[in-house]
Amino acid sequence: MTGWTHHRGKAVALPVEGIDTDQLIPARFMSRPRAAGYGDFLLHDLRFDADGTPDPDFPLNRPEAAGASILVTRRNFGGGSSREAAVYALADFGFRAVIAPSFGDIFAANAVNNGLLPARVTPAAAETLLEILERAPARMEIDLEACSVAVAGGGEEHAFTLDDAMREKLVNGWDDIDLTRRHAPALDAWRRGLKTDRAWLWPGGGTG
Amino acid sequence: MTAAPRTLFDKLWDAHRVPIETAGRSDLLWVDRHFVHEGSHHAFAKLAERGLGVAEPDLTFGVADHYVPTRDRDAPIADPDIARMVETLEQNAATHGFQLFGLHDRRQGIVHVVGPEEGLTLPGLVVVCGDSHTSTHGAFGSLGFGIGATEVAHVLATQTVWQSRPATMRIRVEGRLGPGVGAKDVALAWIARLGADGARGHAVEYAGAAVRGLSMEGRMTLCNLSIEGGARMGLVAPDAVTLDYLKGRPFAPAGADWDRACAYWTGLAGDAAAEPDREVVLDGSEVAPIVTWGTSPEDALPITGTVPDPARAPDPTRARKIAAALDYMGLAPGRPLDGIPVDRIFIGSCTNARIEDLRRAAAVLEGRRAKVPGLVSAGSSLVKAQAEEEGLDAIFRAAGLEWVDSGCSMCVGMNGDRVAPGERCASTTNRNFRGRQGPGARTHLMSPVMAAAAAVTGTLTDARPLLAGREVA
Ligand code: SF4
Repeated sequence: MTGWTHHRGKAVALPVEGIDTDQLIPARFMSRPRAAGYGDFLLHDLRFDADGTPDPDFPLNRPEAAGASILVTRRNFGGGSSREAAVYALADFGFRAVIAPSFGDIFAANAVNNGLLPARVTPAAAETLLEILERAPARMEIDLEACSVAVAGGGEEHAFTLDDAMREKLVNGWDDIDLTRRHAPALDAWRRGLKTDRAWLWPGGGTG
Repeated sequence: MTAAPRTLFDKLWDAHRVPIETAGRSDLLWVDRHFVHEGSHHAFAKLAERGLGVAEPDLTFGVADHYVPTRDRDAPIADPDIARMVETLEQNAATHGFQLFGLHDRRQGIVHVVGPEEGLTLPGLVVVCGDSHTSTHGAFGSLGFGIGATEVAHVLATQTVWQSRPATMRIRVEGRLGPGVGAKDVALAWIARLGADGARGHAVEYAGAAVRGLSMEGRMTLCNLSIEGGARMGLVAPDAVTLDYLKGRPFAPAGADWDRACAYWTGLAGDAAAEPDREVVLDGSEVAPIVTWGTSPEDALPITGTVPDPARAPDPTRARKIAAALDYMGLAPGRPLDGIPVDRIFIGSCTNARIEDLRRAAAVLEGRRAKVPGLVSAGSSLVKAQAEEEGLDAIFRAAGLEWVDSGCSMCVGMNGDRVAPGERCASTTNRNFRGRQGPGARTHLMSPVMAAAAAVTGTLTDARPLLAGREVA
């Protein structure tokens, strides 16, 4: 995963509250391998009707939304199931950032693990941006160092909050497994301590 | 020198934080129990990509639950995608050498039922799984939380997980719950009050007389639903009820180890002076049986209420949300919830399909006929066997309901047990999201007695009159 600090791209409005991960990707699509690409499944049952016809009025289906990489939406985005496939669907569709007043905790962690920014703004800022974008998708700028977003070309800047650890990860493109494995000696010592003090933590008497 | 007073949560967190330099990062926590299921295939694929193995196979446990068929288990699985996933889990268990409760194991069931039932879930642990309802395991006084596939791969490879420390919140439920009212109602009551993201970023500890009075089954239901209020996890301090439940379970410590473990667990109680960041107090005696009317668990009201009117919403955003939910649910504002006809019922899921739940549903259904079709899927194969021993299956069948094998089933519809488009389902599950039980499905969440009552009357209805004079476990 490569890190990033600035992004400029087309932003689209999804003026809906509580888009849960079941809506982001219905469960029936999750048996596919990731390599198959998840972009077509994004918000599937909202974007398409029962026989697979796209709803022309759905924000992501409008021609002017093509190529969007920033999604602005309402509160409690990504609540519900821990399915990381919800993030795969957003990422494979082309999104780099979602801007909303609140996110499900697990979704936010999954997003960052895939280089997708969950930018938490005030409800007022979200409404301001939605009002602009509902008229027509516009380009926006994201500054991950300053933690701010703005409509490109001098729009008002809105601060966003993001856990420091998450920001560092996005900026550096860190891979957790590599990082943790660097601490192998400390982990070995920790494990030995547990085996000595609380061997019962291992079912079967800690003989492993 | 006196250390700052610590809550149960603080003690658990501190006991699992691996002491390393973490500049700019969150905390690295040691994981005591890692549950994986057939839906964890993305994580195993990531592990294989890197050529890594499972660091602690003895702390890793596999369960086939999310996609498994609930009928004709002896026949080959019809759907090739599902067959492949169940097989992949079996292969991964064999390759990496971890314990599997596979499709044909008599201990198979929903991961959050199997873990506690087998005595794998204990107080004082960090329990993770690639499933948001891992919060269930907090009922034992553990930190149980759901993680995504990247994190699952990380736990497999290192037996640790990076987590930022959540804030703490105590939900104190005082008083006594009324007859026919249970943990499901308490959970929906606080979620309705605080919102589906009301506890975002928090670890919730449940306390108070009404919580102490709950069985382990009830506590698991409560902790299970924590995630529906946005909480990272839910927990209940271990007590005699916890230890009674665990003693003698297959994977629980035994003999001298049991005594050592109990001594350790006793030390985990929160210090009297330790205060959480937030506290919410509920009067248990005021909680009524609750049903949801919309498409989020926060859309919940007592069965004695009426469908909300968007015109009376506090703000336009809320009004639009209510209107959209009612449109999806096919409900008119102002209509009493009691009496809304349902097309089917579902009793199942990791929320409400333990033995106590089935006993309660059976108490309503005994000697009565269901007016609508319905499915009863026990939380585990062992719960199913026990229910059959107690004759509960006969009550469900005599009522006209279908008694099927254990799995996630109609909670999420991934195995094909679905609610048809436009159909209304009274369900003991945890999510009434759009399309959760199948595209176009209309889900009303409620407790097992309420779902059973809905079966008897064919409508959403107050279960309390139907329980009058009947023994409830
Ligand atoms: S029963 Fe439902 S909520 Fe529970 S683990 Fe299965 S799919 Fe998830």
